[in-house]
Amino acid sequence: MPDDRPTAPELLDAVTEFLADELQPALDGRLAFHTRVAVNALRIARRELELGPALDATRRDGLPRLLDVPADSAPLRDLDVELARRVRAGGLDARRPELIDYLRATLRIQLDIAHPGYARDTTTEEAPDR
Amino acid sequence: MAAPDAQRLATALGPVLGAGLTIEGLTRVSGGASRETWLFDAVAGDGTRHGLVLRRDPGGHGGQSDRATEYALLEATANAGVAVPRPRLLLTTADGLGTGFVMERIEGETIPRRILRDAEYEAARPQLARQCGAIAAAIHATDTASLPHLPTLDAAAQIAQWRGVLDLVGEPRPALELGLRWLDERVPPAPTPARLVHGDFRNGNLVVGPDGVRAALDWELAHLGDPVEDLGWLCVRSWRFGVDERVVGGFGDLDELLAGYTSAGGVAPTPELVHYWMVFGTVKWGVITILQAHAHLSGTVRSVELATLGRRVVEMEWDTLDAIEGRW
Repeated sequence: MPDDRPTAPELLDAVTEFLADELQPALDGRLAFHTRVAVNALRIARRELELGPALDATRRDGLPRLLDVPADSAPLRDLDVELARRVRAGGLDARRPELIDYLRATLRIQLDIAHPGYARDTTTEEAPDR
Repeated sequence: MAAPDAQRLATALGPVLGAGLTIEGLTRVSGGASRETWLFDAVAGDGTRHGLVLRRDPGGHGGQSDRATEYALLEATANAGVAVPRPRLLLTTADGLGTGFVMERIEGETIPRRILRDAEYEAARPQLARQCGAIAAAIHATDTASLPHLPTLDAAAQIAQWRGVLDLVGEPRPALELGLRWLDERVPPAPTPARLVHGDFRNGNLVVGPDGVRAALDWELAHLGDPVEDLGWLCVRSWRFGVDERVVGGFGDLDELLAGYTSAGGVAPTPELVHYWMVFGTVKWGVITILQAHAHLSGTVRSVELATLGRRVVEMEWDTLDAIEGRW
């Protein structure tokens, strides 16, 4: 990522602060609601800049193993499509625990991006997320 | 989106409420990402004030027949004693106001976070699950012969529909696929006869006052099918709006819901069947969020709200794994 200041995350922070702290309190009804939604969208984008690399690393590691294909054999997106296809066809039924572990690992990061705290205390024998 | 023309609204309502109406306070409200809802008062010459709601489609989307069906459905359920707003006027092309209808406005709160947190509803909250059960029982008891034509949608038909949606949109969602497989392997027998199912009976589509639930809104997903679908949907985690420990809408327990349901004549479902329809609802809502985001991405309806909904699918995927792994 380039080093120009403000960086992309810093620009997102600036717009988020403006919308949340200045614009939204001046609005009501639909516009206030949509401004709150917009703030949330920017926060998701901001967190993805931070956590996206970890998510992709988990996918790069897990998808080829689940699908029995060589690492880096295809774009991650294509491997996701193949995984969805095989799950639907029942081709991964015999490896269900491994599949569930992989899905939980990726969903946990996706939730940390989209909705921090959502995954809390629904899994047993694990420390809370945050 | 331009506001509806007040003069045209007054003219269209003339045959229903009398001539010489004045339209006051036209306000668009949020909620309903794909539909327009306008609140207004129609004031008669003698000062009589009618609180009304206009439900209208954005130009070019949805057909007149959909709105006509919803209108007829509200009429039939209102006549059957279900707590719904009574419809007043179905718009026609001649009215020049788009497609939609006008219904009575039932005063109260629909915003879930306020219903779950505001002091005004503190006394009502412990009653809500039981009241929802009673309303659901009334919906499911509606004589289907009195209804407009509705599609019959059992679990198997809907599972096939959603797989089609995922293919159409082209979004690979392995966790949803796993949920769909789980549902497919456990499809319950279709009830005979099929009952009226509201299809979106949840916190957010209820009008609540300090006295409790006053009406069920948003009937656009109504169909014929398994009544337990409505009970499971009401328990989906998203509709608890952060109050996760209260399974029913964030305000009550399943026992209360079922007590209200059976005391109003509903047949008590097995816990397994309610669980099935909770998982079903969770997967369904996941598919809907993908579809909503697609409406934005494809340019059909550009909206920051629809766009952001697309990122919520991972919540339903997480909940689906929890549910099919026995963590609910």
